[in-house]
Amino acid sequence: MWDNLESGSPAPPAGDGETLTVEVAIANLRHEDLSLRYYAAWWIGRFGVREPAAIDALLDLLSEEGDKTEAGGFPLRRNAARALGKVGDDRAVAALIECLGCSDYYVREAAAESLERLGDRTAIPALMELLNGGLTAAVQVPGKPHLTQPYDTILEALGTLRATEAIPLIQPFLEHSFPRVQYSAARAMYQLTGEGQYADRLVQALQGKDLQLRRSALLDLGAIAYLPAAKAISQTLAENSIKLIALKGLIEHNLTLTHPDAAPDLSPELIEVMNLMDSLL
Amino acid sequence: MTEPAGITPLIKAVEEADSAERLTIALWKLAQARSPEAIPTLIEALGFNNPGAAVAGVEGLVALGEIAVVPLLKQLDGFNYGARAWALRALAKIGDPRGLELLLETAARDFALSVRRAAASGLGNILWEKMEPEERATAQEKVYQTLLEVLQDPEWVVRYAAIVGMQGLATAAVSNSPIWLRQLLTQLGDRAKSDEELVVRARAQLAYQQLQITAPA
Repeated sequence: MWDNLESGSPAPPAGDGETLTVEVAIANLRHEDLSLRYYAAWWIGRFGVREPAAIDALLDLLSEEGDKTEAGGFPLRRNAARALGKVGDDRAVAALIECLGCSDYYVREAAAESLERLGDRTAIPALMELLNGGLTAAVQVPGKPHLTQPYDTILEALGTLRATEAIPLIQPFLEHSFPRVQYSAARAMYQLTGEGQYADRLVQALQGKDLQLRRSALLDLGAIAYLPAAKAISQTLAENSIKLIALKGLIEHNLTLTHPDAAPDLSPELIEVMNLMDSLL
Repeated sequence: MTEPAGITPLIKAVEEADSAERLTIALWKLAQARSPEAIPTLIEALGFNNPGAAVAGVEGLVALGEIAVVPLLKQLDGFNYGARAWALRALAKIGDPRGLELLLETAARDFALSVRRAAASGLGNILWEKMEPEERATAQEKVYQTLLEVLQDPEWVVRYAAIVGMQGLATAAVSNSPIWLRQLLTQLGDRAKSDEELVVRARAQLAYQQLQITAPA
């Protein structure tokens, strides 16, 4: 499963899926067969196709009505929103902000994640609005596996976008009943304040009983690149593949390049992290 | 060291374990006994489709070292894929040259990246003094050529492991300064400036720096 996470490709649909080219993928975004559109959107995100025609077609998919599921979801919009984050074109920002108001939870989640990736701070007010009502509003939707909003993703996006004005809204979520949401709040608080106490909550989470939550905390620590966690990361009970990803995050965010083509400068702390990585191969 | 007489109950505890958790605990105890008599049971544990048990099996076999190599190689063909991957990891960590052919093949061709990465780093860990001196130079050059190929792997972690393997190989070969050694250093230096993943560049730079200290100019 985690090997898949690293290579990251779902099996293509039988038939033409496997032999996509950029031209075919762009054309397929408007194909009458919705499953081909769905796969093309994923493919374009995966391979970071930056062609204007691809962006145009993905933006059109964000208002696609044709694929609404019985439960009211929009699978194509979700995929288009994810792809727009990966392709990295600023034209998507306004459309993705609008998606934060979509009736489909998973479209809102994909849009928040993509806005985080795009790094455009104009998304901050709309993301903050989704935290309205605080913990009282942040409850599970009856019959669904999720909360009223994709809180974890929203909190993480606000942290990455350096939304210090959102600190008072984020802080209460440290006490949310879902550990996953607490971690996201801790992660954001660390990014916004630089205070180690918040990152240390994630280090403590590495000792938890639930494997899935330990994996989450590992990836969070990698994302915030908290160097003091290196040893704890290497010793958690989880797959080496995920520990390696987390330690990779630590290295990459703490590395200095004097020039894009120069060899990196290595501090003793980074060498220590690499020694830990070597032992996990 | 446990007396051979003391090993029987430990093996029995593995055979009689009735839950995944008890099995793993029993295997860790068996692994810690470091008895050659435990080898068949430790090898068997690699095929239980239970990661906790397999890790204990690998650790136990690695601790025994050399003596576990022939039994591992003998059983390899009969193994399912999962067990082969664990056995490969054990062989990579032991570093016995009798496993070399298998590591070379696996580093370059296995479909699972976690297995390629274990094999690639294992290639830097070969106990060359256990190989006949006249075969050594050819085998080392072959390892270098294979690692050069693995350095083109699409997965960052496999390229990272190839660099770790290269550093180990170069450290072992530095005293007889083979002709490919300078080329290896150049490869690492280039990789430190050009890999698409920063972490791979960092590891290449570390290998480059550490080898520059020991390698002849």
